[in-house]
Amino acid sequence: MTQTLTVREALRDAMAEEMRRDSNVFLMGEEVAQYHGAYKVSQGLWEEFGDKRVVDTPITEHGFAGLGVGAAFVGLKPIVEFMTFNFSMQAIDQIINSAAKTLYMSGGQMGCPIVFRGPNGAASRVGAQHSQCFASWYAHCPGLKVVSPYSAADAKGLLKSAIRDPNPVIFLENELIYGRSFEVPTDEDYLIPLGKASIVRPGKDVTITAFSITVGHALQAAEQLSDLGIDAEVIDLRTIRPLDRETIIRSVKSTNRLVSVEEGWPFAGVGSEICTMICEEAFDFLDAPPVRIAAEDVPLPYAANLEKLALPSVEKIINAVKTVCYK
Amino acid sequence: MPIKILMPALSPTMTEGNLVKWLKKEGESVKAGEVIAEIETDKATMEVEAVDEGTLARILITAGTEQVAVNTPIALLLEEGEDPATLDSVPAPQVKETTKEAPSKAVAATPSVTALPVKELSPQKPRAANAGDRVFASPLARRLAEHTNLDLQTISGSGPHGRIVKLDVENAAKSTTSSPTLTFGDSEYFDIPLNNIRKITAKRLTESKQQVPHFYLTIDCNLDALLALRTEINARMDTEKLSVNDFIIRSVALALIKVPEANVSWQETSLRQYQSADISVAVAIEGGLMTPIIRSAQSKNLRQLSQEMKSLAEKARSGKLAPEQFQGGTFTISNLGMYGIKHFGAIINPPQACILAIGMGEQRPIVRNGQIQIATQMSCTLSVDHRAVDGAVGSTFLAAFKEFIEDPLRLLI
Repeated sequence: MTQTLTVREALRDAMAEEMRRDSNVFLMGEEVAQYHGAYKVSQGLWEEFGDKRVVDTPITEHGFAGLGVGAAFVGLKPIVEFMTFNFSMQAIDQIINSAAKTLYMSGGQMGCPIVFRGPNGAASRVGAQHSQCFASWYAHCPGLKVVSPYSAADAKGLLKSAIRDPNPVIFLENELIYGRSFEVPTDEDYLIPLGKASIVRPGKDVTITAFSITVGHALQAAEQLSDLGIDAEVIDLRTIRPLDRETIIRSVKSTNRLVSVEEGWPFAGVGSEICTMICEEAFDFLDAPPVRIAAEDVPLPYAANLEKLALPSVEKIINAVKTVCYK
Repeated sequence: MPIKILMPALSPTMTEGNLVKWLKKEGESVKAGEVIAEIETDKATMEVEAVDEGTLARILITAGTEQVAVNTPIALLLEEGEDPATLDSVPAPQVKETTKEAPSKAVAATPSVTALPVKELSPQKPRAANAGDRVFASPLARRLAEHTNLDLQTISGSGPHGRIVKLDVENAAKSTTSSPTLTFGDSEYFDIPLNNIRKITAKRLTESKQQVPHFYLTIDCNLDALLALRTEINARMDTEKLSVNDFIIRSVALALIKVPEANVSWQETSLRQYQSADISVAVAIEGGLMTPIIRSAQSKNLRQLSQEMKSLAEKARSGKLAPEQFQGGTFTISNLGMYGIKHFGAIINPPQACILAIGMGEQRPIVRNGQIQIATQMSCTLSVDHRAVDGAVGSTFLAAFKEFIEDPLRLLI
C-alpha cells in the first residue's frame, strides 16, 4: 500500500510516527511548534504532542543544539531542526566535539542518539551565506552519520531509521524538493537502513552517483542520454556516511565509468571520496578517469543567471557522461 | 620462504621480454636444469631452465604476457616440505615496469635462474627504455588486451591523447578474429601486428640509416672458376653439397684477415679492429630477418662453413638461436642472388662498419683483351661506414675478396 505524499509530509509523518512510538523522542528548533517550522515540515506536531515535546527555541543554534546534545546524553532522543543547515555552523562545536566524539571519548559509556535535520544546500537566490551543501563537511567526521534523501519514501524511511539510531545523525533535506510528490508506503514500520544506496535507474554504460536534489538532475540526464544511445545507471547514495561502497563499486565494475554529482564544492568533496575509492578498489575496471560534477569553486552567486551556472545541471552531467564514454 | 624465479636477462641488450609459454603447470615438480618456460627476447625465443629443485607453486606472470621487465618475479618455487602459505608473503610483481639496471648487472642479479651463458659479445650499447614508447591505455583496456592476448603496441587509441580505451581493444579483437579487412576511403587494408623482430629491425636500421654515413662500392667478380671448382668438389662429396654462398663466406673471411682495416667498428672515441672474422649472414625468416654469426670464419674450411651455416639458418627459422649466435659479428653478408637481384646496396648493421650485398651470378658479355666474351659475373656492393672505413680501404678489401672469388683454389689452402 502506498499513498502520494510530498517530501514535507513524509518527513512530518516520520517524526509523528516515531514520537507516537517512543515517548523519549522530541522536536526542538526555531518556530517548529506554533508556526509549524519555517518550511512547514512540523505541521500538526505541536497540536498532537504539546509544548513538552515540540519546543520553540530562541534564535541561538549553539545554545539549543547544546541543549539537545545534553538531553541525548541522558537518554532522550532529540530531533533538532535547523531552520537551514547554514545556521548549524553556529552549533558545529556542539555537533562535532560534543555529539560526534562523546561515544568514543567516554569509552562507549555515553552515546548521543540525536538527529540534526533541516534544509541543506542552495535554495533559490538566497545568497552565498545561505546556500551551501554540508554533506562533505559532516561526512568528514568520524562519529557522525550523514543522510541526504531524494524521494519522499526515502525521506520517511531514512528519518525513521535516523531517529531510532543510537548515534548522532545529520539529516540533510532540500528546500526545493519539499513540495515534490512521491509514492510512499503507508506501513508504520517502513524503515530504510542507513548506509544503503539505491540504484534508482539501472543501466550498463556509465554509473552516475548523486544524492538529494541532484538525483533528479541525474535521472533527467539519464533520460536524455538514452536518446544518444548511452544507458546510464543512476545511484541515489541516500547515506553519505557510512557510504555504501559495495553498491558503487559493483556498479562501476559493470559500467567501467563513473560520474559523481553533488551540490557541494569540488575540493575534498563527496565526489572526491567516491573517485578515490573507485581508483583504489576498481582501478582495473575503469575505461576512463572518473569525473566529478560539483558546484563551481566559488561562494554561490546571488544573481540568478550566475547561480544557475555555478550549480550542477542536467547539461553538465550529460557532458561529463559523454566525456567518460568517449562520445 | 618460496624461491622467486625471476625474469632472466637472456641477452646483454634485453631489458624486457615476452613470456610465451609455461612448460610446467602450477603444482608440478621441477628438477634443476629442467626447462620451465619459453621467453621471447628481442630476437629469439629462448628456454628458461630451473636452477633449484622443488614444486612450481605459483605462476605470477601468465603465458602471453608481454614486456615483462628483467628481474620481475615470474613464478614461485617451493622446496620440499615448505608451507604453501608462505606464498602469500610474496607481493605480486609489477608488470610493465622497465628496470633501469645495466643489463650486465641484471644478469648477475638473477641467481635463481640459469640463463644461457651470456658473454660480453660485441660492444653493443644497452637499449635504453624510451619514454616515447609509453602506450597510454585505460586500466580496463590494458586488462582486456591482456585477456585477449592483444599487443597494445599494435592498437591505435581513440581516446584523449591517443589513449587506448575499451572500444579500441574490442574493435581490435574483432578485426583479428573475424574478417581482417577494414575499409578506409576507397581502398581496403588490414593492419598486421608487429612482432619483436620487426620492431627491433625497424629501430636499428632506422638508426643506422640516419646516423651512419654510408657510401657504396660495387665490384664485378667472375664466377666461372669458382663454379667449376664447386662442381668438382661436389662430385666428390656424398650427401652434402657446397653452395656458392659457402665460397663467398670463406672469401670474405680471408679477405678480412688480409685487410684487417675493413674488419672494424666505430666506437665514437676509438676505432675497434677485430682479430677474427665473425661473419653475420642475413637469413630471411618468416616475419623478418636474422643475422646468425659464423665465428672465426677464417679458421673454418668450406665444409665446416657449409655445415655451420645450414645449422644456423635452421635455428634462425625456428627462432631457436642463442644470443651469442646472433649478437655481435664483425661483418655482414647479405645475398639476394637467389632472387635474381642484379645488385643492391644494403644498410649497415651497426656497430659493424661494412656489409656486403651479393647479387645474382649471371652470364654477361665482357670485354677481355679487346674481345667480347661470355662470362658468369656477379656484382657485389659493399656498404661502408665512412667514419670507420675510407674508400681506399673498402676498395682494397673488395679487390682482395675478388681475388679469392676468381682464384678459388686459394680458398682450399
